[in-house]
Amino acid sequence: MFQRNYETVFILTPVLSDVQMKDTVDKFINLLKEEGADVINVENWGLKKLAYPIEKKNTGFYVMVEFKSEPTLIKKFELEMRRDEKIMRFLTTVLDKNALAYAVRRRKGEFNKKPETTKEEAAK
Amino acid sequence: MTLKNEPINREQNKKKYCRFRKLGIKYIDYKDPNFLLKFVNEQGKILPRRLTGNSAKFQRKVANAIKKARHLALLPYVTDGLK
Repeated sequence: MFQRNYETVFILTPVLSDVQMKDTVDKFINLLKEEGADVINVENWGLKKLAYPIEKKNTGFYVMVEFKSEPTLIKKFELEMRRDEKIMRFLTTVLDKNALAYAVRRRKGEFNKKPETTKEEAAK
Repeated sequence: MTLKNEPINREQNKKKYCRFRKLGIKYIDYKDPNFLLKFVNEQGKILPRRLTGNSAKFQRKVANAIKKARHLALLPYVTDGLK
């Protein structure tokens, strides 16, 4: 089956408790896993200040998910994100070979100023 | 009106080069705002090629990356005193 590499960054509203945040992140990761995608890497960038207010809020909880999946899954995944009101914003990008090489180097921590990458720790 | 040639400002017209081709950078990451700040002026607007010296291909990639970063609120759409 034809699989492509994708990378999704989404922002959760800061008003959630830690437990709710973790559940939301897990919910989406499990959604991916059930549909046959393999999640390569999950990064919680934590609470960050937004450059401009979104939904009247100035901070957001950033999460990045790298996964490999069939293109058809993306539509369902994004539909689910739109439904969930805890997610303020999301952006899914496809990774071409240059982007993939960059992502692999980034995961190895070559650009060490990146936040520590939690390898599927959130999914456990 | 005498034609007086002004002094040539050596610093200004030094040959600009495309930093991506020179350093062999292939992918511009939209998740890294500090790097993208180099291509944006104080109001958060994208700098033109004649100032950044980028080649057309990489200027497009930079513009795309900046727009994605703006969507994710990593970069502001418009502001003042960004730097």
